[in-house]
Amino acid sequence: MHQLIFGVLALLSTGFFAFNLYKIAQNIHLGLPLNRSDQKAKRWKTMLLVALGQKKMFNRPIAALLHLTIYAAFVITQIELIEIFIDGLSGSHRYFQHSLGAFYTFTISFIEILSILAFIGTLAFLARRNMLKLPRLNMKELAGWPTKDANLILIMEIVLIACIFTMNGADEAALKLHSNLSNDFLISKSIGPLLFGGIDNLNTLHILEQVGWWGHIIMVFAFMNYLPYSKHLHIFFAFPNTYYSKLEPKGQIENMPSVTNEVKLMLDPNADPYSTPTNDAPAARFGAKDITDLTWKSLMDAYSCTECGRCTSVCPANITGKLLSPRKIMMDTRDRMAELGNYKRKNGKESQDGKSLLGDYISKEELWACTTCNACVQECPINIDPLSIIIDLRRFLVMEEANIPSELTGMLTNIENNGAPWQFASNERMNWSKEE
Amino acid sequence: MNIQVRTMAEMLAANESPEILFWVGCAGSFDDRAKKITKALVKILNQCKVNFAILGTEESCSGDPAKRAGNEFTFQMQALMNIEILNGYAVKKIVTACPHCFNSLKNEYPGLGGNYEVIHHTQLIQDLIYSGKLTLADNGTFKGKKITFHDPCYLGRANDVYEAPRELILKLDAELVEMKRCKANGLCCGAGGAQMFKEAEKGSKEINIERTEDALQTNAQIIATGCPFCNTMMTDGIKHAQKESTIHVMDIAELIANAADL
Repeated sequence: MHQLIFGVLALLSTGFFAFNLYKIAQNIHLGLPLNRSDQKAKRWKTMLLVALGQKKMFNRPIAALLHLTIYAAFVITQIELIEIFIDGLSGSHRYFQHSLGAFYTFTISFIEILSILAFIGTLAFLARRNMLKLPRLNMKELAGWPTKDANLILIMEIVLIACIFTMNGADEAALKLHSNLSNDFLISKSIGPLLFGGIDNLNTLHILEQVGWWGHIIMVFAFMNYLPYSKHLHIFFAFPNTYYSKLEPKGQIENMPSVTNEVKLMLDPNADPYSTPTNDAPAARFGAKDITDLTWKSLMDAYSCTECGRCTSVCPANITGKLLSPRKIMMDTRDRMAELGNYKRKNGKESQDGKSLLGDYISKEELWACTTCNACVQECPINIDPLSIIIDLRRFLVMEEANIPSELTGMLTNIENNGAPWQFASNERMNWSKEE
Repeated sequence: MNIQVRTMAEMLAANESPEILFWVGCAGSFDDRAKKITKALVKILNQCKVNFAILGTEESCSGDPAKRAGNEFTFQMQALMNIEILNGYAVKKIVTACPHCFNSLKNEYPGLGGNYEVIHHTQLIQDLIYSGKLTLADNGTFKGKKITFHDPCYLGRANDVYEAPRELILKLDAELVEMKRCKANGLCCGAGGAQMFKEAEKGSKEINIERTEDALQTNAQIIATGCPFCNTMMTDGIKHAQKESTIHVMDIAELIANAADL
């Protein structure tokens, strides 16, 4: 019976998770194409250093260490999950314990140590958010669901770890009561008797062990299926997202090929202005109004964002009280993508809901506050690039809507008329060399 | 000391070709403060007998502020016109004192057919000192002074040039003091992304004032930078703090020209 329930639960939860991941992949494919399949060696290296090695996290050592405890515990616990699956499906109890012997004891002890560290890390994270009120974790774009989301994840982690120790602790206590033996797992060896030593009923201990076991695996399934609705997806997307990082210098903004075609035509004295364009590509919009005008990488960036707010905490515009927050740009992009994706799945691929990222989510005041300084890009621990979205949205405002601050219109006119952003005649460009 | 400048057109007429083109930039050509930086760099180039030329009236805006403001048309128009001129003169190597021009020429022009070796003036000056062409007179101008360096975003984060300007400051026999936010963590002066040409959006503070406070905390007498826009923003910040009589904002080229008695 247990095996059947476990099997059905495992099948349902992985199935539902896969279904939601498929929807996310579909949403990311709403973006424009971009080739990031070059320089594979450099990409692997970036991923190993930045995602696996957490290189950029260590710019803030305290947060990095706390995060590392949870990260390491999460990764290593996956080993134990293999056994839980085998036990769950076959009805065995600690399937690997006899065959692996001392190595098994070592592995589980190691997992227990990491779990204790992760427990401390999680409590510290809860305290930083809710008691110390770290500014970047208490900004206005986090009001409501994002704050609940963050706390919920941390609480789920605590429950998960509590289940692990209930399971191992009750097992230890039962073993001791029954035959005065020990599993010899480093932490539960002492925690077990401490928590459950007072119980002298073997049956109660077995039930407690089962509660821990089931609690653990149910939390795993629940957590997995919570991920697609949460900011916490970064635990997967950190890897592809760093792999597909922009490898060019940060200052380089891509030259739009659609513009190059038109500008070359304008500059070519032999061009026939009445000829029909020969390029096969459909006349695309210049810049981005909605998420469908952004590249798929910008959309993957949005799903990868875990709302840590490092970007916003270093943004010169945000620091000085402007409306712009790079984190909000990423959250808006993700929320809009989820909204449009759902709408299109319901109403057909070509359908439009009449809303857009620009205007309904992101205001032009936010966009015009950006100094393109790249601090947000530099700071992101998983190489998210909010600046690319900001520039794409600005491009739409300027090139499609001529919606631009008037001083900038003046600057652009000057460049077009006299080759400088200020109103100086181009034949005066060398005057400095003759002035004293 | 009189400065000697020749244009590419003059050189071509004399059947000569320079080893490097000095891209002056709009600020360096027209802005009164930045013109002093331009002249300081020319003095250094003259002193070291560097065979250089400028485009003169044939130079035009690199297009950087247009691109960052979202007008890709104006940017590419400028870039393609500049590339036509640069390629016409078969330019191979470019030096500029403006990190914005530096970034566009180095990173964004190649995709449009303009392939040059582009260096920032601090990198060139560093080379001139290393190769022994430029020696700094031991005139004690900066002895005992504290100098802090404000990293221009388009030199630092955008292109990972952090050390050249710092090594030059260390050559001055001065003490280099770092701001709490420096190098990759440096705070923008507030001028990038075409902000130089518009009023800041509504907020609680100007960015250049926030950045100037970083600099003031170091107790430096000189704020060094390597960008004409940063220079403007920091100078304004110092004026706002009413410290202009005691603290000076100077370009690395000016510091070196002073130390070399030029």
